This record gives sequence, C-alpha cells and structure tokens, in this order.
Amino acid sequence: MSKRLGWFLAGGLLVALLLAGVASSFASGSPDGLDYTAREGCTFNAEGEITGGTCMAQQEGDHQLSGSPLADYGIKGIDNEFLSTGLSGVLGVLITFGIGGGVFWLARRRGRSTAGTTEAGN
Amino acid sequence: MDTTAMHIANGIVNGPVSAIFAVFAVVALAFCVRKARADLDDRLAPMAGLVAAFIFAVQMLNFQVLPGVSGHLLGGTLAVILVGPWVGALCVSTVLIVQCLLFADGGLTAIGLNITNMALLGTAAGYLLVVVLLRFLPKTPAGLAATALIASIISVVIASQGFVLEYALGGTTELSLPWVSGTMAGVHLLIGIGEGVIAATTVATVARVRPDLVYALRRFRKPLTVEVGAPA
Repeated sequence: MSKRLGWFLAGGLLVALLLAGVASSFASGSPDGLDYTAREGCTFNAEGEITGGTCMAQQEGDHQLSGSPLADYGIKGIDNEFLSTGLSGVLGVLITFGIGGGVFWLARRRGRSTAGTTEAGN
Repeated sequence: MDTTAMHIANGIVNGPVSAIFAVFAVVALAFCVRKARADLDDRLAPMAGLVAAFIFAVQMLNFQVLPGVSGHLLGGTLAVILVGPWVGALCVSTVLIVQCLLFADGGLTAIGLNITNMALLGTAAGYLLVVVLLRFLPKTPAGLAATALIASIISVVIASQGFVLEYALGGTTELSLPWVSGTMAGVHLLIGIGEGVIAATTVATVARVRPDLVYALRRFRKPLTVEVGAPA
C-alpha cells in the first residue's frame, strides 16, 4: 500500500471515528422510518410496551443477542450516555474496518494490477 | 436516545419467509464475492474497509425527517460509487452483520431480510441508476454529487419496498399492504433526500481529494469499449 493511500485511509477513518464517537450522541432519538411504520396503529405505555391497537410490531420478538455487551449501541456498565454511545461507536467503526478491511485484503487479487495507473501497490 | 433499533426486528416477518430470504442472501453474497475478486486490488481492498467503517458510523446518525420520525443512511449508492457494485454490496452486508451480531440491531432471524433490502436491492438499484446517470452527467465532483443525490433518493425508496414485499409474503400481522407500501415509500423518500445529501457530500469530497479512488470515475468511464490500453 502506498503512503498516500495510507494518509487518505487514516483521514477517512478519523472522520468516521469522530462521527460515530462524538456526533452520534446528537443523533435523533425518534424511531426511524421503518420503526415508525411498524409502530403506527398501536398505542404504547411509558416503557414502550404495546398497550393496544394493530401494528406490524405486535409480534416483534427480542433480539437473540440483546444481552451482548454492545447491545443497542452502548457499552454495558457505562452509565454516562455520551461515553457509552460514543465508545460503542468508536469500537463499531474499528471492528467494521478491521473485519471488512481484513476480509477484503485477504480476498484481493494479487499480482499485476490492471486498474492501477499510478501506483505500484504493496 | 430512546430508540436504537434501526433494522427489521425478529417476528415482523415469519420464520419460513425469513429463512427463504436468508438463503437468497447467502447465494447472492457468494456471487458478489466471486465477482468482487476481479475488482479488489491493493487499492480497493483497504478502501472497501474504510467505506464499510464509514457507513457504520453514518448509520448511527439518525436525522429527523418529520416530527417523531427519523431516518439514517443505508449506504448502497455511496458504496457503489466509491467501490463498485459487488464490493459495495459486501461493504453494506459487513455493516449489517456487525450490527446484528455485536450491537443487537436487526434481528438474527431477520438478517436475510435486512441484507436483501439494504445490501442487495439498495445497491443494485443504486448501481444501475449511477451507470445511467453518469452517461448524461459530467464526470466531475459536481456531476458525481448530483448522481449520488438522485440515485440515493430512488434506491432508498426501492429498498423500502423490498420490506413491503417481504411483509406481503410473510407478515405476522394483517395490515393493509397499500398503506404499508405508501407509508414506507413516503417516509423513505424524505430519508432518501437526507441520504442523498450525505452521499453527495462524501463522494464529491473524495472526488476532489483523490479522484483515482472513486470507482465510478475509473470504471464507468468507458462502459462500451472492449479494448484496454490500445494506443489511440
């Protein structure tokens, strides 16, 4: 990998880390488009449990891994919401980059590069 | 933050239909892996890791589209423009799998449904739109931004209708399909505009800094020529 590409990747990763680590705490807490549609037609109590009506979310089940340490974009054991959300975002970005980048790197086509015009690679 | 789930949860679509879409997703992703290998070189592989990480980050940033309704990026069009259709589908899938397994977002049973809508349908629609739009729009940062904006809006609405199809086939409740389809399309049109602005800003920035890293500028430039490297 060339040095220039390395700098670009580092810059991009830094932006992603700031978005997931800092900006994420200022994201909207309203249900997203799908969740909103799924809840339309039902009434909910303060705990978010369905109290009546008909909606798509009626038969919704818990996530099999809802007890995972990073469940719901927080870190179990950290009570400060800003820290919990931010750190889980940072971990998510690093894990996604690690897994994604690692798998793509292993699967890449080696040898002569037909696409590259300016860089030699490696 | 009250609501942290962003993808289809368990139990909204029944088990058999979820299983069929899981099989479909596995087969389609295996095909993508085969096709992606031709694109993945020393430059595209790390770039694809970055695109996946970036999509993960931006998906956390829910933006308000109506009172009480938010939306977030799906990322298909953005991925397609930066790393191509096959690698792009794998990037979005990577994000969905990490979110499902580590962040308990998007039911484990529903993973095939979520991958089908966002990683396959969304990217396929985004790819086709980008290819068509780049035949008419200039291959400049501004042209690429316009392409990203338009393709994002349409591909997000199409992805939302993927859910409607799955719900029609195996919904566990009996709601009016035209209502589900119309509501999903309506809110996702607004979400698509937000996604389009994010995607346009991102691809235009990359196109200004490192145009050689933008797949759409390198590979879609001469879609009809067969000869490679023939001196003019």
